Amino acid sequence: MQHYRGLISIWFFVGSLLLIYGVLILGAGLYELVRPPQHPVVLASLHAGIWWGLLLIVLGAIYFFHFFPWRHKS
Amino acid sequence: MPLFSVFLLEGTPSRLLSLSGVDILIVAVYFAAVLGIGLYLRRYAQTGEGFFLAGRDMTAWVAGLSFVSANLGALELMGWSASAYQYGILATHWYWIGAIPAMLFLGLVMMPFYYISKTHSVPGYLQLRYGEQARGLAAVMFGLMTVLMSGIDMFSMALVLRVVLGWDIHFSIWVSSITVAVYVGLGGLLSAIFNEVVQFVLIWLGALLIPIVGLVETGGWSGMVERIHHNFPGQDFTHLWSTMGSFTDNPMGIHWVGIVFGLGWVVSFGYWTTDFLVVQRVLAAKDVRSAKLAPIIGSAFKMMVPFIVILPGLLGLAVLPFKLVGQSEAVATGGHSYNEVLPLMLARYCGPGLLGLGITALIAGFMSGMAGNVSAFSTVWTYDIYRAFIRRRAPDQHYVSVGRWCTIVGVLVSIGTAYLVMQFLSIMDYVQALFTFFIAPLFGTVLLGMLWPRATPAGGFWGLLAGIASSIGMWLWVRLDPSALRYVALSPHARPMAENMYRGLWCWIVCVAVTVAVSYATQPKPAQELTGLVYGYTDLPSEGHLHLYQRPIFWACLVGGVFVILNIIFW
Repeated sequence: MQHYRGLISIWFFVGSLLLIYGVLILGAGLYELVRPPQHPVVLASLHAGIWWGLLLIVLGAIYFFHFFPWRHKS
Repeated sequence: MPLFSVFLLEGTPSRLLSLSGVDILIVAVYFAAVLGIGLYLRRYAQTGEGFFLAGRDMTAWVAGLSFVSANLGALELMGWSASAYQYGILATHWYWIGAIPAMLFLGLVMMPFYYISKTHSVPGYLQLRYGEQARGLAAVMFGLMTVLMSGIDMFSMALVLRVVLGWDIHFSIWVSSITVAVYVGLGGLLSAIFNEVVQFVLIWLGALLIPIVGLVETGGWSGMVERIHHNFPGQDFTHLWSTMGSFTDNPMGIHWVGIVFGLGWVVSFGYWTTDFLVVQRVLAAKDVRSAKLAPIIGSAFKMMVPFIVILPGLLGLAVLPFKLVGQSEAVATGGHSYNEVLPLMLARYCGPGLLGLGITALIAGFMSGMAGNVSAFSTVWTYDIYRAFIRRRAPDQHYVSVGRWCTIVGVLVSIGTAYLVMQFLSIMDYVQALFTFFIAPLFGTVLLGMLWPRATPAGGFWGLLAGIASSIGMWLWVRLDPSALRYVALSPHARPMAENMYRGLWCWIVCVAVTVAVSYATQPKPAQELTGLVYGYTDLPSEGHLHLYQRPIFWACLVGGVFVILNIIFW
């Protein structure tokens, strides 16, 4: 985007949000692993929260660091 | 295309889902993020072009994702999942033949004219091509419909949140609409586009887990089909075309002619190529090639949406231990309706955290649709009504202020509509019908304007008016005399969806016929006034120097090829 000088990339916002969500979902998944709920969801044995949280963290980190605004200023 | 299946107000069951602390935190982070983006982008929306067209500086990817996200509302997600449970894979037609050819056509054929003409809106193109009358008619119809539709979406969202989460309707309406008003009012189209891209990613990541875990549970596609056959013996829910030879052979009660010519041609092309809500996103692209590529990129993602929308509905047929029923039956029996299939599947597979992400995806879908309506309304009102008919010459800054105020007024009118619909549910049917009256004839007017130099200003205006009038006339005819359905929809057993498609086809034909007839009877515009507006009179930038993979036509052929293969696989 040439018109808007200094504009932070949209992908940085996307990465930040995914990173935060990844940490929250991974945390919730690990908590469930330690303290299984009384009424688990179907296929709870897959621990979807853990690997989905990890996926969000990896995706978020890639976008967060690749489009980090200070990297592009230097 | 919006699907308007909503939850009825009366007799709703107790909430389907309960959110934990981490789920609520995820929703709260989303609201903080969209508001933060709006505040940050305020400084970049100080000029008319910045506020209304995002500076015409978007890459093809951003414009393409925003283009498809503005259409991917939560009613769309929940409505088509419900349709997939009710009608099976036939609902996929609205994503494939009902979208892909039109999106490719927009990118390859129509976008160059929209972009090169430097118009800021679809009514703006009509003004350049046909004059003020056609622009005025289109702008008033579009502006009115947009805020009313936004209000209906808002009401529907609040109702869904009440049914699914038990949230208060007034709280949902005011919190969501104030959030949209703030971030669109501050950052204009740029803010709407940024948030739509964020919303698009969240919708995918929030909804993707359902089909993945669902397919694990059923043992893949074949296992799912086997379970559906076991649960619903004698019914075919998994074939796209093979049951469409007769109105009575498929659960939708529709014939392939209606799908191909009604949905695939008039309704789909009308919506995707002339509805300013989606076209505005592509007009923000940074150059002609990006403007051509954006709808093609959007079409590739649109083609994948059935994976997160239709598949959960089919999985519901396979794995849910009870059968879902129509809304009225659900209210009478206390059971679950088709409309609840997506939240039910969410509750089935998603624990704390994931549930919050799924709910955030739904809220994001609602807000992206609402923001699309409001930003498009603001542009059309400011440029095509206020500047065209009320105050022609004013500083650019004045129009930006009007645009910001229009955003707030648009949201307030939407809230008013939401409360009106709450009191009189039948208003919803009328407003939705009005929207369909307008889109199909507009497609005829724009298409002739771009491809037929002989079309005259009088032809364009009277053709559009006749198309709209004939659509309203047919709609009234069937309401007053239901037996007229056999003439309008070619079958007395046609369902409302089929009626809409045939009505769209007839009014498009009326529009084209009147435009042609009046054009031959009136004086055409001189050739120099058609430059940049009409095929044959416009210098389209050559793409000969680009590598094959850089050319929009290459990607369009690729998407088109996958589209054909998918239809054959699921025939």
